Amino acid sequence: MLKLFFSNQLYLVLAQALVAAVAAMLVVLLARRRGIHLESETLVAMLRGIIQITAVGSILLLLLRAPRWTSAFLLAGMIVAAGATSARRAKDMPGAFRVSAWSIAFGSGSVIALMTWLGVIDTAITSLVPVGSMLITNAMNTNGLALNRFRADVLAHVGEIETALALGAEAKNSVSPYVQASFEASLIPAIDSIRSLGIVWIPGLMAGMLLSGARPVYAAIYQFVVLAMIFAASGLTSLVSTLLIRDGIFTPAQQLSLQPGR
Amino acid sequence: MISGSTSDPILRTGHLGRVVKEKVLVEDATFEVQAGEVLAIVGPSGSGKSSLLRLLNRLDEPTSGTVYIEGIDYRQIAPRELRRKLGLVNQRPYLFPGTVEQNLRFGPQQRGETLSQDSTEQLLALVGLKGYARRNVANLSGGEAQRVSVARTLANSPLVLLLDEPTSALDETSKLEVESSIQRIVRDHGLTCVLVTHDTAQATRLAERALVLEAGHVVRNGPINEVLHA
Repeated sequence: MLKLFFSNQLYLVLAQALVAAVAAMLVVLLARRRGIHLESETLVAMLRGIIQITAVGSILLLLLRAPRWTSAFLLAGMIVAAGATSARRAKDMPGAFRVSAWSIAFGSGSVIALMTWLGVIDTAITSLVPVGSMLITNAMNTNGLALNRFRADVLAHVGEIETALALGAEAKNSVSPYVQASFEASLIPAIDSIRSLGIVWIPGLMAGMLLSGARPVYAAIYQFVVLAMIFAASGLTSLVSTLLIRDGIFTPAQQLSLQPGR
Repeated sequence: MISGSTSDPILRTGHLGRVVKEKVLVEDATFEVQAGEVLAIVGPSGSGKSSLLRLLNRLDEPTSGTVYIEGIDYRQIAPRELRRKLGLVNQRPYLFPGTVEQNLRFGPQQRGETLSQDSTEQLLALVGLKGYARRNVANLSGGEAQRVSVARTLANSPLVLLLDEPTSALDETSKLEVESSIQRIVRDHGLTCVLVTHDTAQATRLAERALVLEAGHVVRNGPINEVLHA
């Protein structure tokens, strides 16, 4: 319907963005009627989102003619930003940013490097940066979930952990059930995404490929490829982050430093 | 490693203290525990009794002073070995899911040893739970769970048993059962004990000496009758 009013492509896109934002704000207003106040947070998040994504779009436009190695810098910047965002989910945990940044760098970086070398991801900036960013974003979300769950589990089981330490257990063994639970819980969204692929949802990348005229089977298979890469990157990230953060919550004398109220 | 002299007390603290965010938990605590002795640490809630016991087990790091085990500064002993030597029993038993036997084997397993069937039965007999080895810990009463916790700590053959309010969460019957287990351990095996309790009657029943803490400071230290009934 918007096409009837806007013939200019730029105006049409802006109108689409406005309509989508209004729909989101309507939900916020509904929540307000139930006493849940999300107005300022949602408005700021949406403004930030539109500015950031437009800026990235503009940078990509500029980079179309840039050398291919510039995508490495872009991806590295994204990893640092992802580490900072993810670390907020693990407040009070020693070295949360360092752990998040290294884990996301290792998890997503190694999958991106391997898949680019094998030719699964094209080295063109317009391919490598968007696909790489998908892997980094998902690795960030998985890392945040893993750290958040680990923190909650440790704080809820201080007695059990210190009992194991008092009986002579190694620090890493005293928290191993919580490391495992955090790793498993963090991967639930990634597993569910693959499991429900095509039944519950048609992901954005596949929808985009279809809209740009790709054959449905190719689009579908490449979407699976991307989800499998996301799972690999997320799994590696979670594996590394839970191991790194595990060692960070103990002092050199094997004392549990993550304690309620400390 | 520096070895201590045979005349050294089994446990001695030297100006031990811990201050967290300017809050004094324990300050300048200096006392000794001789081999085979039962020392009660008494005092009102929040006086630093449990904090002191955590320092002895090095679950928390002292901000001043240290602890000597048979004359050796405990910072020279690997934390896992130290915790085996100073076995801690918490106010709540925190048993691991599984059977009583699996819980008793936990400590020895941490250093690659297996607790024999005979040793398991002897430990359970010592705490009055003969025949409980195969029971699931989920089906134990509070008093039974606490006695399993004591036996689990004893499975590590500690030099000193540190008991942190072991009966405070129990009813009167269970409390007496746990107390009689502790008395049996002390009487039959001559094990050195440091007992934290707010119950002065219990301290009198179990200990020979007492140390009174107030606001993190040792205010009295001596024979139980003189200290508690002064």
